[in-house]
Amino acid sequence: MSKERIQISEALYDIMPSDYQDLVKSATYGKEDRGWKDIGTSKELIEQHSLCAGCPESMAFRYILASLPNPEDTVMVGSTGCTSLVFPMVAVHNIHSLFGNQNAIASGLKRALGVRFPGRVKDVVVLAGDGATVDIGLDMTLQAWFRQEKFTTICFDNELYANTGGQESGLMQKGFVAKMAPVGKLFDKVRLPEIARESGCHYVVNCTVSKPSLVEKVIRNAVHVAREIGPTYLQLYTPCILEIGKNSMEGLQEMRDSEKPTERFAYKEYISEPAKQLLAELAAKDKERKAAAKQLAGQASA
Amino acid sequence: MADTHSIIGTKNKKGQTYTDTWKMMNEAPRTPSFYTGSEVIKEAIRRASCDVMIAYPITPQSEAAALIGELFAEGYIGDYFRGESEFAVMSQCAGAAFGGARVFTTTAGPGTMRAMENFPMWSGARLPIQMIVTCRGINSPLSIQPDTLEIAYLLNTGMLVWHAETAQDFFDWILKGYIVSEEPDVHLPLALCCDGFFVTHTKDVVNLTPADMCLPPYDPYRSPVPCMDMECPPVRMMRDPFVMKSNYISYATHASWQQEIWAAVERSRKHTIHWLNGLVDTENTDADIVIVASGTAVSQGREAIRMLEDEGVRCGLVKVKSLRPWPEEEIRQATKNAKHIFVPEFNVTGWLAKEIRATVPNSQRVHAGPHVCGGMTMPPEIIVSEIKTALGMKTFSMAGRGS
Repeated sequence: MSKERIQISEALYDIMPSDYQDLVKSATYGKEDRGWKDIGTSKELIEQHSLCAGCPESMAFRYILASLPNPEDTVMVGSTGCTSLVFPMVAVHNIHSLFGNQNAIASGLKRALGVRFPGRVKDVVVLAGDGATVDIGLDMTLQAWFRQEKFTTICFDNELYANTGGQESGLMQKGFVAKMAPVGKLFDKVRLPEIARESGCHYVVNCTVSKPSLVEKVIRNAVHVAREIGPTYLQLYTPCILEIGKNSMEGLQEMRDSEKPTERFAYKEYISEPAKQLLAELAAKDKERKAAAKQLAGQASA
Repeated sequence: MADTHSIIGTKNKKGQTYTDTWKMMNEAPRTPSFYTGSEVIKEAIRRASCDVMIAYPITPQSEAAALIGELFAEGYIGDYFRGESEFAVMSQCAGAAFGGARVFTTTAGPGTMRAMENFPMWSGARLPIQMIVTCRGINSPLSIQPDTLEIAYLLNTGMLVWHAETAQDFFDWILKGYIVSEEPDVHLPLALCCDGFFVTHTKDVVNLTPADMCLPPYDPYRSPVPCMDMECPPVRMMRDPFVMKSNYISYATHASWQQEIWAAVERSRKHTIHWLNGLVDTENTDADIVIVASGTAVSQGREAIRMLEDEGVRCGLVKVKSLRPWPEEEIRQATKNAKHIFVPEFNVTGWLAKEIRATVPNSQRVHAGPHVCGGMTMPPEIIVSEIKTALGMKTFSMAGRGS
């Protein structure tokens, strides 16, 4: 899809919702180098959201949607949970079907798009919570990686089942007292980034969403590697401030505290050899393009 | 948007000609071939212009699912892979259908049950996936034998449900099924059921359409809901997701959506009648006694009728081809003269008899039986015996029936 596809017939322009008019006028479909810095100067691909005030997940959503390298040809797959409350407001085709089957849906979707649009880029990005990714959907998460399905899996890790009211999840820390963990969780946080690496993911990052520039970088890398090489996995800490007893303003500090070098969300990445090569090539092209643009700008001003 | 009419007469990459489906099914020459049911599934899919097939091993559908893999290797199908479980496979099928592909899969018994959460989602999302169900036991202890209990669970999913009697039904209905399923005013998944082993693993003469003719491809832009391929504007669907609101608007939305699914099942009626030549087949329905059955129980009923004729008892037959849409009016009409209605079934609960009891006036006429289950065969003699007992005629008790 290009931006032309979303144009409104002149006769109907005035009856279209203003957010759609804004989308036509100033969204960033098709813009090269789109990224988090477009926020504030262009129409975001997320309209409103119905998450709690100050929810770090809403920040993550905005950064991710601003950073997708190819939103005009990206289809997202969600699952049940807080994320499914946001997707109806996202201006990228997205699928919700059941709880936990997101990587199976994405596998079928990616295959179908491959059959229907040979030679064209159609990115698929899964975005689901930790319950969907690690508990109820773990089988399908891993099997998609084993099969080397070429899409990105993003897990919003808030270390519990937030939407159902704060129950224990596999990614919860050991000892944390929660609903369904009345004496504290009895086993360790599941080490999914390591499992992802061993399961065949070519690009794996574990981090928080405290820095938009970092989110932009890892999203772009993950989507590019998935497009060209194979599965990629991002585990992003989006704390549920409600369930860990924090106030609306404290989400950012919670993430900063949790990404210190000895903490569980200290930045951690794994990049396979073919992915390293691809990312180096992309970085070189990027540099070349920026230098050419600079030269052109210099000539124009001279 | 693709126009399927303009593609008629052109060739696909395998050299098959996209053919008008009515001509292909009703006018093109047929070649008698001696095949197993599984091989017949393969031959139908060879002609079905399928984009994606996803497979998983479970008896008795494994052979058919593997044979479709051969078709993929030969280049007749766009993509094919083995999923990790039936739950995952049915979700993978959904993903492929969301992405605009014509999708095929097969399952059986415990696989149908494992995948069950997907089926109302398929119909709710208006995905015209075709799933072959080669029925087998779902009871514990473990059984792989023929038993049709699983069909009862499919009846309220919002899927179209057809029950094939023979391999010939199977061949024709797989191809016709896509056409009915993909109509814009239907656009629902189809569970095409047969009795495992009896149909899949026996050989029969089946009249095949020419192998160089195939169905026109699926056009996902005839769907009543947007295809998830980012080729049309990504509208925001709603301001607040209905799942999180407990108010009248949200209830009304869910209610009207469900009503629309069942309205679509109803709208499939006219297409199904057109393509299957009626939802039921009938014979001698002026008789006092009528057997109503679906699947291979029809074949056994037919044999029982022949045996009863030898004894001077005249008996009619109703073959129920489509269970959803349900042939309510057809069954009422076909049984209006009947004093006794017998419903032989290959399952323990007698779900078909319950449906018929809820359909016909004076439902005390309905004899729910004979039933066999757990893989038991249904010799026509037990149907004869059931009928003669009800009529007060002398009959011999069958060894092992406990009667």
